Amino acid sequence: MSAKWNRPQTWLLFALFVLFAALSVFPFYSLLLASFKPSKELLRFGLNIRLQPELLSFHNYSFIFSSGAEKYLIWYKNSLIVTVIYTVFCMLLSSMVGYGLAMYRFRGRNIIFLFVLLVMMVPVEIIMLPLYKQMIAMNLINTFSGVILPFVVSPLPIFFFRQYAAGLPKDFMDAGRIDGCSEYGIFFKIFVPLMTPAFGAMIIVQALASWNSFVWPLIVLNSGEKLTLPIGLSSLVTPYGNNYDILIAGSVLAIVPIMIVFIFFQRYFVSGLTVGGVKG
Amino acid sequence: MKKLLYNQRVAPYVFVLPFVLSLAIFFVYPVISTFIMSFQEVLPGQTHFIGLDNYRNLWDDSFYTALWNSSRYTFWTILVLIPLPLVLAVFLNSKLMKWSAFFRSTLFLPALTSVVVAGIVFRLVFGSLDNSVMNTFRHAFGLETMNWLGSSASGMLVLVILATWRYLGINIIYFMSALQSIPSELYESASIDGANTWNKFWRITLPLLKPISIYVITISIYGGYSMFTESFILWSGNHSPNDIGLTMIGLLYRSGIEKNELGLGSAIGMILLLLTMVLNVVQLRLFGLFKKED
Repeated sequence: MSAKWNRPQTWLLFALFVLFAALSVFPFYSLLLASFKPSKELLRFGLNIRLQPELLSFHNYSFIFSSGAEKYLIWYKNSLIVTVIYTVFCMLLSSMVGYGLAMYRFRGRNIIFLFVLLVMMVPVEIIMLPLYKQMIAMNLINTFSGVILPFVVSPLPIFFFRQYAAGLPKDFMDAGRIDGCSEYGIFFKIFVPLMTPAFGAMIIVQALASWNSFVWPLIVLNSGEKLTLPIGLSSLVTPYGNNYDILIAGSVLAIVPIMIVFIFFQRYFVSGLTVGGVKG
Repeated sequence: MKKLLYNQRVAPYVFVLPFVLSLAIFFVYPVISTFIMSFQEVLPGQTHFIGLDNYRNLWDDSFYTALWNSSRYTFWTILVLIPLPLVLAVFLNSKLMKWSAFFRSTLFLPALTSVVVAGIVFRLVFGSLDNSVMNTFRHAFGLETMNWLGSSASGMLVLVILATWRYLGINIIYFMSALQSIPSELYESASIDGANTWNKFWRITLPLLKPISIYVITISIYGGYSMFTESFILWSGNHSPNDIGLTMIGLLYRSGIEKNELGLGSAIGMILLLLTMVLNVVQLRLFGLFKKED
């Protein structure tokens, strides 16, 4: 499979992709550069892509960790809490449902699976008004539970776990029963370990989705103490000039953990994000 | 109790219970309630049926603007984000390609950012000041400084560029995963029959990419009509000058949450639901998914 450098087509293709890669990375470079420039400069002159070494400093970063930017650290902490709780429960519940749908034949199975597919196809935003009303009725406005609960049993991971479990040998269930495992023991002790790759893919995709989610938290959360990172950052963007001190460096710090995870677990991203696209 | 844990008839229902509960409370109930609310005037303490009034009242200027913006955005994102990643995926998959995995990962990086952060970056890059990145590029070509987000057309351009930046890598991965499932024997036997690269692309690759293309178009329609955050960040909130950044979801948010007219907002939601379903059925028909050929 290894290509040789001696063909002009190889050089042309390579050049083309260097261009596309540069375009992909350019916004990251811009953001990083802006995070080292004084906010006054950005406000007055806009972002200049020239390096201007005399302007660069760590001031924005040290400001974020000072007492003046306390709210940023609170948002960061909130996002971490929401992401962790959401991901843990999403994994537990969706893997259970996916496993149940794949491994047992029971009355109502097909109709439930049909609903999984249906929920996947309706844009969430369309039902956000009645869902908002529902949150008011359940007293969940401005709580993390309100952000997490409606979407914690999510159709996409259910679909993914169902497809994955369907490929595992059912004989293990009988073997477990003979060894005296309960039905739930079979799931937790035998199948959960077997589904490790599926968990890897889904943990990454769902944690990313939760870390980055915007529309629903924007509706549910309304006080500064409870805001998650994307909502907090967006509150710094106003028509009357932006609070660049926190905004830019804060955006960089929001991306960094994701980049680190991506570098180590790349293949899980790929298999997780192409769910549904690949024929099962 | 112990017996229950070993009961094979009860177990499946226990496993699917979380989904059934969540479906009932957070999907079926809200969908039905959207449908009902769309025929109601919802006021605190008193809610009454007003028939089709919400559906009659929603056809105002901002509705047409939102519909036009969302439709244009969906149209352009599909026009760019299907052919471009398809061709790039074919290139990345080609035997002539060097560093394929590296480029695939690099083009994928933008998908990791939240739309909020992406919007913040694009506000800087497409800033209206003389020194803003894209304006300095314009100066290099002898053009004047422009306010990118000041007009409907250039604002749409920024939105489409942002979408291309963010989703190109994901779509490439979709097309690549489909390409890798095409058996290489097909190409080998075509070569024996004397087909050139061009013929192989049109006669083998493209037809076999049809299912994945349909899938990508479907999610693009979904994504296009539910776009909201991008414009919310670019125009710093839901109120852009002359509503040049207003989308369908933006309108739904405005009437339902900002103005608290839940009835009208629900009617907008129902129209949007209908629209995306009709578009999807039409495109599935056009691409012959309902036909029973082959």
